[in-house]
Amino acid sequence: MDIQLKRGLLDVCVLKAIKNEDSYGYKIIKDMKPFVEISESTLYPILRRLESSAMLTVKTVEHNGRLRKYYHITQDGVKRIEEFKEEWNEIVSIYRFITKEDNDESV
Amino acid sequence: MNQCDFICELNSRLSGLPEEDINKSVDYYSELIDDYIEDGKSEEEAVAALGSIDDIVNQIYSDIPLSKIVKAKVKPSRTLKVLEIILIVLGSPVWLSILIAVFAVVFSIYVSLWCVVISVFAVGISLFVSSVALFLASIYVLFVKDVLRFVALLGAAFMCAGLGLLIIIGAKYLAKAILLLTKCTVKGIKKMFIKKGELK
Repeated sequence: MDIQLKRGLLDVCVLKAIKNEDSYGYKIIKDMKPFVEISESTLYPILRRLESSAMLTVKTVEHNGRLRKYYHITQDGVKRIEEFKEEWNEIVSIYRFITKEDNDESV
Repeated sequence: MNQCDFICELNSRLSGLPEEDINKSVDYYSELIDDYIEDGKSEEEAVAALGSIDDIVNQIYSDIPLSKIVKAKVKPSRTLKVLEIILIVLGSPVWLSILIAVFAVVFSIYVSLWCVVISVFAVGISLFVSSVALFLASIYVLFVKDVLRFVALLGAAFMCAGLGLLIIIGAKYLAKAILLLTKCTVKGIKKMFIKKGELK
């Protein structure tokens, strides 16, 4: 998939992964796995980007005698997911346009 | 590769970056390794699951703005460079002698201040001593010579005693003032050093 497109999509996927409850790196990757494969090294810059754009906040919590970073979605993050859903309608109609030509040609 | 090796390797590969970025990356990856292990993987498997360290390092570098990387690399380290040490050693005939001269001047001013105090004290004490002498002389004069001379000498003795007392009191205040000045100067020098230390 195109890197730029995938990057934007993954941002929203990560936001969705922490939307219902705060989550941590390992769990985010695991939760996303059935739908989209994301590597640890890909997730890292996404989390930092989302943090710097204030779509999520980071909280360090002690877990089994070590520290674990939990990511918490902000109001802006929730808004981003909603925006994405609206954008998706646009993308679907673009998709229809792209595939329509093919269908017309084959018919 | 075990967790410790991986973290060490990552640390050294990122060493050119700002410390904050290094710490964040290392925290992130060591947390993931711990979570993999907690989920039943062995330490080696957990490290292997993260993928190649080259990819990880490249990903981190590409994510940090160039300006930040340059800034972190250009920032001078506070330890003295070889050239600076050589210059300090070679320049010692110049700066050392100037330093000694400055110290000598300050020291001599300080000593001369005390000299003034001591001489004032000396004047006061000598006046007092001479007043005692005059008093003794006046008694001698009273018995041997006449009353007029006795009164004159006694008056001189009282004058000397009073003047001497006043001068000694004055000298005491002077000494106190100089002590205070010394205290303030030492405090000031100390403050200068503390400020320098904070700036480092």
